[in-house]
Amino acid sequence: MKTALIAVIAIASALSSVPAHAGKTADAIRARGQLACGVSTGVAGFSAADSKGEWRGMDVDFCRALAAAVLKDPSKVRWSPLTSQQRFTALQSGEIDILSRNTTWTLGRDAGQGLVYAGYMFIDGQGFLVHKRSKVNEARQLNGAEICVQTGTTTEKNLAEFARANRIQFKTLMFENLRAVLKAFFSGRCQAFTADASALASIRANDSGKPEDYVVLPDRISKEPLGPVVRRGDEDWFALVRWAIFALLEAEERGITRANVDTVRQRSDDPAVQRLLGVSEDVGKPLGLDREWVYRMLKAVGNYGEIFERNVGPESLLQLPRGINALPRDGGVMYSPPLR
Amino acid sequence: MKRHITPANLILGAILLWAGWHLFDWAVLKAVFRPDAAACHALEGSGACWGVVAEKYRVILFGRYPLDEQWRPLLATLLMLGLLGISTLQRFRNRRLWLVWSIGLALFIFLLKGGLFGLENVDTPRWGGLPLTLILTVFGLAGAFPLAVLLALGRNGRLPVVRTLCTVFIELVRGVPMVAVLFMAAFLFPLFMPRGWEFPSLLRVLVAIILFAGAYMAEVIRGGLLAVPKGQAEAAQALGLSYWQVQLTVILPQALRNVLPALMNSAIALFKDTSLVIIVGLFELTGALGLAVDGDPKWRAFALDGYLFIALIYWIGCFTTSRYSRSLESKAA
Repeated sequence: MKTALIAVIAIASALSSVPAHAGKTADAIRARGQLACGVSTGVAGFSAADSKGEWRGMDVDFCRALAAAVLKDPSKVRWSPLTSQQRFTALQSGEIDILSRNTTWTLGRDAGQGLVYAGYMFIDGQGFLVHKRSKVNEARQLNGAEICVQTGTTTEKNLAEFARANRIQFKTLMFENLRAVLKAFFSGRCQAFTADASALASIRANDSGKPEDYVVLPDRISKEPLGPVVRRGDEDWFALVRWAIFALLEAEERGITRANVDTVRQRSDDPAVQRLLGVSEDVGKPLGLDREWVYRMLKAVGNYGEIFERNVGPESLLQLPRGINALPRDGGVMYSPPLR
Repeated sequence: MKRHITPANLILGAILLWAGWHLFDWAVLKAVFRPDAAACHALEGSGACWGVVAEKYRVILFGRYPLDEQWRPLLATLLMLGLLGISTLQRFRNRRLWLVWSIGLALFIFLLKGGLFGLENVDTPRWGGLPLTLILTVFGLAGAFPLAVLLALGRNGRLPVVRTLCTVFIELVRGVPMVAVLFMAAFLFPLFMPRGWEFPSLLRVLVAIILFAGAYMAEVIRGGLLAVPKGQAEAAQALGLSYWQVQLTVILPQALRNVLPALMNSAIALFKDTSLVIIVGLFELTGALGLAVDGDPKWRAFALDGYLFIALIYWIGCFTTSRYSRSLESKAA
């Protein structure tokens, strides 16, 4: 009886041990049959539940892509909506495999907390929203103005540093939550509202009533590269996540989309495309994946550009221009090293 | 009758009529009931946007529970309300009520959790909305009440060690805010556990709520114990009753009756305090509303209307409890 059991286990593990060295996190994900993905409790365009409770957004799509790569099924994700206080603890304690929750990449977070950023999915920056009437064209002209700020983030600190660096002064009005800030700003209690530019753009488009009356100033007073975070100590999983971002970028660069991926895979003569889609070479092997992992990611969510357009792009509710998040050939910084 | 018609009453009445009319106009006549964001935006505040509830009610009421399975939390909620309902009726108040509650609660958990008889398994992190609020309140009270009785008896008793322990526990728990207790239960506790050991967050939070509410209710009950004249216990002891017999049959029934309004007050407070668990990532009614509207640029402007809707649910719960408490008091008197 015991030998039979051991034999069954041996055969089962022999059959399932396709990946060479996927790392312990990836093994745990496969054993569980689900990717545990930490997202926000509701940030439009990045991770938010729709009216049916279905998760949508860029950060969400990235987890779906990972599930497609590792588990061959983009729906096999366990979502953990996390507040900003609990996000790092959830990752440290092992409750989630990846934190995909518009979290700014900083030195302190990357080096000091047992965590490591796998790259960036979206580059944001703190900006100012003003009424057109105010005739303000750049942030420095706001000297002496009252600025609405939402508490509890690095926003107030950035604002103070910007003021000090430029030898100007702001009167800051603090508010606990977004709704309160919006009410204050749109009722004219402050001349400007400062927050991440992506949030400001979506507020201008959706909450102002008249988007044409408001403008987001061109100044960016902070760097906010947002990207997925993993635990330190599992380089294999880190590499897998990092190269998943690169693969999505590479696919956009090569013009492979969700719609044309099947035809491209059959017809393309481009060696780089053949390699990426696993036709000629197996680029999955070093990551402990099979050769079709990129194909599955693209089938599930499309390339980086498609993810951007669908969730935050000009046609979405957020109406963000591609800007710095474009590929280098379009003037952005989303660069991918060669996948070979 | 005539003295009621004073100038002050007339003015107040007119103001009330005026305010009432505007409220009615805002909440009913001009309100948008369809899930139509454009129509809601067009109101520009002149009417209520109940459309946000029509659009988001699934997430508001049941949080992250899988969409296709939401008949289960609905049934569970009705079951729980039914259990609470029959418990208030005099003719059901007998020994069999324990049995009904045990079966009812087991069924309640089974409906939500599933995993047996072909029901899909739904893990506790996905429970949310109204059923979660009910779980935290009902199980919280069910756990906190016996704990509170023991703590009150301990603090009031003669054993120095037990008395000190109870006093220290009560003062410690009452000395920290509930948010801090929840934080410790949800975030610090898992860090001390070996990796792979997972207590569901719901269970940890429920324990925290029980400890917290227990400490507060213990002080309420101790107040009741102190109000029972010493002679009662002495007389009962003189009859040869043991300590527990004295407490259970003589002292506690009088003490609890004395503090019934204060206990009900604690219950109502706990019902509303459950909304704090959002900070540890459990989406009960209030948290579920945030989940439903915060990340949706189309609807987030109407969060206030959504809050009014859940405020109505809370109010119905609190008001019913308070009426029930009044009827108990009049019976006890």
